[in-house]
Amino acid sequence: MIELTNIEKRFGDALVLKNINIRIPEGSVTALVGPSGGGKSTLLRCINLLEIPTSGAIRLGTESLTFVPQQKTSWQSIQKIRRQTGMVFQNFQLFPHQTAIENVMEGLVTVLKWPTERARAKAMELLKKVGMEAKADAWPATLSGGQQQRIAIARALAPSPRVLLCDEPTSALDPELAAEVVDVLSALASEGTTMVMATHDLRLASKIANNVVFLEAGSVVETGDARLLFTAPSQERTRQFISTINAANTYDI
Amino acid sequence: MPHWLQLMADSLAPLLWAGLVFTIPLTLMSFALGLVLGLITAIARLFGPAPVASIARFYVWIIRGTPLLVQLFVIFYGLPSVGILLDAFPAALIGFTLNIGAYTSEIIRAVISSVPKGQWEAAYSIGMSWRQAMIRTILPQAARVAVPPLSNTFISLVKDTSLAAAITVPELFQAAQRVVATTYEPLILYIEAALIYLALSSVLSTLQVRLERRFARYGGMMEANA
Repeated sequence: MIELTNIEKRFGDALVLKNINIRIPEGSVTALVGPSGGGKSTLLRCINLLEIPTSGAIRLGTESLTFVPQQKTSWQSIQKIRRQTGMVFQNFQLFPHQTAIENVMEGLVTVLKWPTERARAKAMELLKKVGMEAKADAWPATLSGGQQQRIAIARALAPSPRVLLCDEPTSALDPELAAEVVDVLSALASEGTTMVMATHDLRLASKIANNVVFLEAGSVVETGDARLLFTAPSQERTRQFISTINAANTYDI
Repeated sequence: MPHWLQLMADSLAPLLWAGLVFTIPLTLMSFALGLVLGLITAIARLFGPAPVASIARFYVWIIRGTPLLVQLFVIFYGLPSVGILLDAFPAALIGFTLNIGAYTSEIIRAVISSVPKGQWEAAYSIGMSWRQAMIRTILPQAARVAVPPLSNTFISLVKDTSLAAAITVPELFQAAQRVVATTYEPLILYIEAALIYLALSSVLSTLQVRLERRFARYGGMMEANA
């Protein structure tokens, strides 16, 4: 269970997240959707503390952390939350000086101090899962965007996180390459991987999310079951947003 | 054998010896120590608290703003008046290390900043600490970009060690001066010294090319050239 309580985030004077309250059950897939600048990415980055919330509280599994304005959060408490998460970035952010398998092994070897051989076996298993075992020894610069993102997913999964955070995982990819990433993510979803993703890609959201959180201007406008929210949104603003991207049509009927 | 060639052949041994015993060790040691100092200075300026960053900035300002020869004189001839007496070689080593530290700190600062912020975030997202991210993710990528400018500094250093002759280090250039004092053949001897410096720099340039090739294997540059 992930629980965000009264999360608020300020950048200087700008209030980018206002009083966010979300509960994400284990094994579910939650999509954060909404217009650009609505706070999707910031909220996602608050879960693994790449951004430290200004105030509020986060509970992840058995760990919880409360944020107080002007008070520095200790590295140890950040790590306790962050170690339970894995993150996939819009621009992949693979380590360019390491091969595909070295990228996946990095967290296991450097952070968790696994012996190399054990880490290699686990990394290979994950590369198989994302269909990239044939490219285990390739340099990231020689791979397509879709291939890089699949390796990035394997890297994020390597330390067996409680939740996989995806920040616009398909936005830097053309539709075909995006499809191969969507396939991998939906396979993970059907295995019961807990995921939270910020996305513009309503096809991705409708295909794999159980829950949708619609964010605008830093506030939650509407939240609920994915199918319901996409087909029968209760808020006028949500309906407007969804109809502009015509997502209702892509939802299989 | 013509006279000039005979002279060069006769003085080759003392010149090479001086190069081997003084020029090369002075270059390697001050570059290695200078790199460490440069890394510390760069990190202090990028990540240190304000007073530490100021100290680092002050150090770079002083060293870059004053002539290397003057710095060597201050260390070797000046410091004894406040009771610090150094032999010529250690004095030169300190002088060159301080110099290299200041110049390379600027290079290192630039290349560390050149690694995209997303790489830090990717490293943090898999649980790395600042230190682990720096050592495992940021520095290896920064090193690649740093090879050409650091090679510049290294090659300059080989030649700059000739300034140590002025504070009585019996290195290559001073060995040439000594032969000149007995043979009165400055043109031939100084050209010979110059050729030896040229040979040393050429070896370093070759090493630079190899290093760049090694780094190129993972980069987009290789594909662009293919």
